[in-house]
Amino acid sequence: MKSIITVIGKDKAGIIAKVSTKLADNNINIEDISQTIMQNYFTMVMLVEISNSKLDFTNLVCEMKALGEEIGVDVYVQHEDVFNSMHKI
Amino acid sequence: MLSNNEILETINMVKEEHFDVRTITMGISLLPCIRESAEKTADAVYDTICKRAENIVKVGEELSAMYGVPIVNKRISITPASLLTANFVGEEIVLARALDRAAKTVGVDFLGGYSALVHKSMTAAERSFINSIPEVLATTDKLCSSVNVGTTRSGINLDAIKLIGEIIKKSADLTADKDGFGCAKFVVFCNAVEDNPFMAGAFHGIGEGDTVINVGVSGPGVVHHALKNVPDADITEVAEVIKKTAFKITRVGQLIAKEAAKRLNAEFGIVDLSLAPTPVVGDSVGHVLEEMGIETVGGHGTTAALAILNDAVKKGGTMASPRVGGLSGAFIPVSEDIGMIESTAAGVLTLSKLEAMTAVCSVGIDMVAVPGDTPASTISAMIADEMAIGMVNSKTTAVRVIPVPGKTVGDYVEFGGLLGRAPIMQVMNVSAEKFINRGGKIPAPIHGNKN
Repeated sequence: MKSIITVIGKDKAGIIAKVSTKLADNNINIEDISQTIMQNYFTMVMLVEISNSKLDFTNLVCEMKALGEEIGVDVYVQHEDVFNSMHKI
Repeated sequence: MLSNNEILETINMVKEEHFDVRTITMGISLLPCIRESAEKTADAVYDTICKRAENIVKVGEELSAMYGVPIVNKRISITPASLLTANFVGEEIVLARALDRAAKTVGVDFLGGYSALVHKSMTAAERSFINSIPEVLATTDKLCSSVNVGTTRSGINLDAIKLIGEIIKKSADLTADKDGFGCAKFVVFCNAVEDNPFMAGAFHGIGEGDTVINVGVSGPGVVHHALKNVPDADITEVAEVIKKTAFKITRVGQLIAKEAAKRLNAEFGIVDLSLAPTPVVGDSVGHVLEEMGIETVGGHGTTAALAILNDAVKKGGTMASPRVGGLSGAFIPVSEDIGMIESTAAGVLTLSKLEAMTAVCSVGIDMVAVPGDTPASTISAMIADEMAIGMVNSKTTAVRVIPVPGKTVGDYVEFGGLLGRAPIMQVMNVSAEKFINRGGKIPAPIHGNKN
């Protein structure tokens, strides 16, 4: 099962490191990653494989949100189907 | 591969533009629960609802977390209750209490379907059932009620409309301590649909299966935002932008509806794409119409703008889901829409203009507060007007009106939550008593006879 993790916030050192460490700790593989600065905001989008995740989806959402609060950025975890449904015919 | 812009667009819809799935509504057929007594029927109904809807709240929360889209309400709709109570006339309240208890046990926000379909005529049992509605609305918390009094096919039951005017007055009186709140949980229809997931009018039609999931999506804020990006577009382009936005919103509803049906072991019914406003800023259908170029909603041009909006929403939605149903269009509930509230308070939006707007949108005179001393016959006449618009135009129309006890034009009423607040609207001080008292049936229009 693939999910999209989106991180949005003020740029600072260590965002990618902290997010990817958390994912590795929970056995979540990053398959693709892109980052950019949009309207002065750091924006990172990751495609991840969560089939072997130690956390169920609801807990993963909560943990990543909490990590975002710790770093000072917004972190969203969403099943990729919501984006595919909306943007692909 | 998805682009970052597409991903951010979806996130912003939820974060900034109030996009939500308004409701997952489970329709449950209760016909197998009919027993020889009120008590036994009520017990069977309670058990059936608790069993079938046991996981609806949990599944709703799981899907909300999984897709990152809020699912605001979880609801149940049932077989029109008058079919269940026909065997024990006068004891309808026994069933109503069991329904309310079941709704609380499974934790849903509302249960709809304390309903009767009397568009052609009324049985003695149905008359008794309708007479039970005020007490039921006053003494239960979760129940919503509706009565269908007309169809394009059968005409309009004026006898029922006369009775409903009295029922609405009585409901207001019995809930006078809460500003007539009982009336906010009751709606009268022409051409009611059998798969509507929205309240107060949801019921599980007799053409439906055992357990069905219908999903209502919303998103006036998303449409408003999309239109802000095309300030100088001509009206054809405006319609296109609305259509594309409606498509995207409905696709999410479709995804959630299918997954919810699978997890709840139910049939996927329909997606109802209705732009349902909430009282918060940024979630208003009135403001969408203003973005289209009307200075204040209710001014000249509003009906045309609403017609474009309603049609474009339907077209986008139809493309996005194999099963679009329910009401699917734009809702204009006055108390639930900040744009409508402001316009009414400014004296621009009137009941007459609202009535015209209902000819081109998906519902009717909705969440309108009127003076508490409005006569029952005047309320019946308002209903008759609205039903006539639905009957002649082969569309659903509805009336949810609250005669607020002790209040008059210039006062406000606060219902709170999704139901919002409303300025009391001016009603015409002209009697229709003679018309309503004539009784009988309004014949169906010639185009209702299509065979």
